[in-house]
Amino acid sequence: MNLVLGFILIPVIAICLIPFLKLKGKAIVVYAAVSLIAGLTSYVAIKSLIGQVFDLTLQGSLVSGDIRLQVDALSAWFMLIINFVFITGGFYGLFYMSAYSNQPKNLSLHGILFVLLYTALISLCVIQNSIVFLIAWEIMALSAFLSIIFEHEKIATIKAGINYLIQSHVSILFLMIGFIWVASKTGSYDFNAIHSYSTASSPAISLMLYLFFFIGFAIKAGFVPFHTWLPYAHPAAPAHISGIMSGVMIKIGIFGILRMLLLINLDYTIIGSFILIISIVSGLYGVMLAILQHNLKKLLAYHSIENIGIIGIGIGLGCIGLGTNNPVLSSLGFAGALLHTLNHSLFKSLLFFTAGNVYQSTHTLDIEKLGGLAKKMPQTTILFLIAALAICGLPPFNGFISEFILYSGLFTSMHNATITSLIGIIFTITGLVLIGGLAIMCFTKAFGVVFLGNPRHEVHHKVEERPFAQLLPLYFIAAFIGFIGLFPNVFLDLLIRPVQLFTGLHHLPFVSFQGNGIDALAAVSKASWFLLAFVLLLLGIRKLVLHRKIVSISPTWNCGYTVPTAKIQYTASSFVKTYSKLLGMIFLIFKNGEKVVGVFPAAVHLETHPYDKIEKWFIDSPITNIKSFLGRFRFFQNGQLQFYILYGIIFIVAIISIPIIYDQVNLFIEFLKQL
Amino acid sequence: MLSLLLIILAATFFTGIIIRTKSIASGRKGPGIFQPIKDVIRLFKKGAVYSETTSFVFQIAPTIYFASVFVAMLVVPFGQSKGIISFNGDFIFFAYVLGLGKFFSIIGAMDTGSSFEGMGASREALYSMFAEPAFFILMGSLALLTGFTSFQEIFSALHLGSSISYALAVMAAIVFLLIAMIENSRMPLDDPKTHLELTMVHEVMILDNSGFDLGLILTAGYLKFAIYGAIIFNLFSGTIAFGYAIPMFFAMQLFLALAIGMIESFMARFRMNHNAQFIVVLSSVSLLIFFGALLVSGKFI
Repeated sequence: MNLVLGFILIPVIAICLIPFLKLKGKAIVVYAAVSLIAGLTSYVAIKSLIGQVFDLTLQGSLVSGDIRLQVDALSAWFMLIINFVFITGGFYGLFYMSAYSNQPKNLSLHGILFVLLYTALISLCVIQNSIVFLIAWEIMALSAFLSIIFEHEKIATIKAGINYLIQSHVSILFLMIGFIWVASKTGSYDFNAIHSYSTASSPAISLMLYLFFFIGFAIKAGFVPFHTWLPYAHPAAPAHISGIMSGVMIKIGIFGILRMLLLINLDYTIIGSFILIISIVSGLYGVMLAILQHNLKKLLAYHSIENIGIIGIGIGLGCIGLGTNNPVLSSLGFAGALLHTLNHSLFKSLLFFTAGNVYQSTHTLDIEKLGGLAKKMPQTTILFLIAALAICGLPPFNGFISEFILYSGLFTSMHNATITSLIGIIFTITGLVLIGGLAIMCFTKAFGVVFLGNPRHEVHHKVEERPFAQLLPLYFIAAFIGFIGLFPNVFLDLLIRPVQLFTGLHHLPFVSFQGNGIDALAAVSKASWFLLAFVLLLLGIRKLVLHRKIVSISPTWNCGYTVPTAKIQYTASSFVKTYSKLLGMIFLIFKNGEKVVGVFPAAVHLETHPYDKIEKWFIDSPITNIKSFLGRFRFFQNGQLQFYILYGIIFIVAIISIPIIYDQVNLFIEFLKQL
Repeated sequence: MLSLLLIILAATFFTGIIIRTKSIASGRKGPGIFQPIKDVIRLFKKGAVYSETTSFVFQIAPTIYFASVFVAMLVVPFGQSKGIISFNGDFIFFAYVLGLGKFFSIIGAMDTGSSFEGMGASREALYSMFAEPAFFILMGSLALLTGFTSFQEIFSALHLGSSISYALAVMAAIVFLLIAMIENSRMPLDDPKTHLELTMVHEVMILDNSGFDLGLILTAGYLKFAIYGAIIFNLFSGTIAFGYAIPMFFAMQLFLALAIGMIESFMARFRMNHNAQFIVVLSSVSLLIFFGALLVSGKFI
């Protein structure tokens, strides 16, 4: 009880204080509030993760009924992720926002929203009552919306914000339908009612109910085709907000999907296959489009879609494992999904924060204009490189661990699989591998073009590294990424309880790798250590060898060309030219420009804009159709007062006369019947 | 441990034999088969020239590339004897650790700011992306066939009982050989001896490397050939005793080197835009193997 009181009081006090303080005071209060909440909730979460489930019922209002709060292992896992990202992201944000110190009012609002967003996200993991859940969900959506439009004077930002606002309300709509459906049948808003309702009703109805929740949460998570808000909202928001949104806010969608899996009694094979297919599509589509992007943050946003796909693949495999009573597949599937949730929140927030550093130093995110930052911002470069390697799933970093768990699940479940599931498995493997290969292509491009080579664009101010304090949280994240990569077993142990919640659904045991005689993760960690040690040893040898030799510096070899310029470097577009040509049918690329004509052509100009085909089909075309249909009724709104009064009168007359006419018609029909 | 020694030994002559085969086929006498190793030793003794455009990435990239190939080599078994690193799913580690090396060789090339090297980097990224699924589907089929998920267990359980499994092993060997050609940027995809930067893939990526770094990159290339040779040998070795297996291993490597030399002598390089299609064919062949494995394991009923 005291914990809950504290949890509510801290943000309330902080929010009341923030507007009245000086800049420094605001920053301190925001960060103090965030760390206090983080301390409090981490305490509860860690206790729950080692076995003491927190359970509390608050007396609610007449409408909502009793409000149950519960921190089970699943909530605890997500709460800890949220806490870590907010602690690091908040610290980074303090320095990121110092560039806007001339807008104190805007900053107060931003600070308040930051605390609100955090509180809402944590509450979502805990609340077990649908009405209160929806209220918290709305608080989260609105505070995120207002945080996104921090730079509201830019048109693109406002547009992105409104796009997000509308889509997140579509998501709320689906959730509301699901919750109201259950409440109208059972009369209770408690989450347990969902469980009892689904066990009592037929599988088809449960599946329908689950699909409503799935769509609602999938919009938030960014599964294809519900992903279209992501690539707009992430670039528009300030860097720490993008990092938090991509790191944890879209994960709350994953949390919802998992929570509903626990609550709704389903045919797990069907729902598993459904999630698996949609996830493979999301993963591939996300990374395929990411490669084409010119805007660094937009590229990262598409990668979030890809990683949500990988997490979804884990969930899908877990469900299929449950459905087919395969403990290995279900344990490894859910473990991979949950670990990848943590991993993605780490490397993606790190990527967004480093992208923020790049933006602050160069004032642009257009990768075609960047280049050569490795020499000017070496620390940011190393941090970005670590995150890029991790997101590509390369050893010895954390992304490899979660992907390895998924692969292990797939390969070990092959022996006793049926032919249909085998074909599914082989396509999942192909999908995962392709996602990995494409991610390597995407990040070699992003890293190579942004940080390496020469600057592609003249910048009229000095480009320099951010202050160390701003980089400090990023080092923390990077260290954590390395830690998971090198000590994966610690995290697999922590995952036992959350995964058991799922495997327990079918009374399956939690089986990690031990069943096969060899603990593969321990071996992976050994191999990673070995790799690291060997690299360091080799670098040492190299240093020793080169120490005594003549090392000289000269221009890059240019095939005899004597006046090299930065313009002859390979650009991001040229790097992916072959690829975009090969897979041209999947993409929609707008080209503006003239053709090169003649022997001595004049200067010409060409612009390309990659666009999202699914966005065109699912969002743009329906909107154009609806617009053109509704446009036909435009003449009603002609701006003349007389007409509006006329409409009013027609309305009143209609309201009065329709029942009368209805009665008359009824009378007439009765009369006809008597005839 | 045994596999490590054998692979290193095979790597010393593998590339030399390819070069020798090519020179004899074109009517020249050619260098001795240990010439590549002598070249590398000479490079290790030399100083280095670095481009003024490059950053620390260019300095560490070749080292990490070599380290990744070396660690991947430790995973490969030799018949019954395990690799130094062996666990369930070690072939996933094998592929991903090679991916790490590729990542660094690509960004190393991008670091020079040269348009040629960017070109090579772009091609390398694309081809390796397409080649990866073939390897995984193939290993998946072998895992299905044998019921194990580590290199050593798969290879020692791969009993070649029926004629279908012989066909599968031969097809698998071809796929591995082609993956090796792609990984090493050899003939039908890339001409290592070409003189035009515009048509190179791998060679153009290392234009600016010199001295110790270039030595590491070349050594990694030799090792890669021997690694894939060892994997192909493992497909057939089964449970043969070491006394026969070791000579067989060298015979196999020799045969592969001769085959690659002959292919390179009598075949022209593909047009660049045909390469991607060629690589996708690999995945289809591996899918064929997968269906073969389904057939053998009796899942098709």
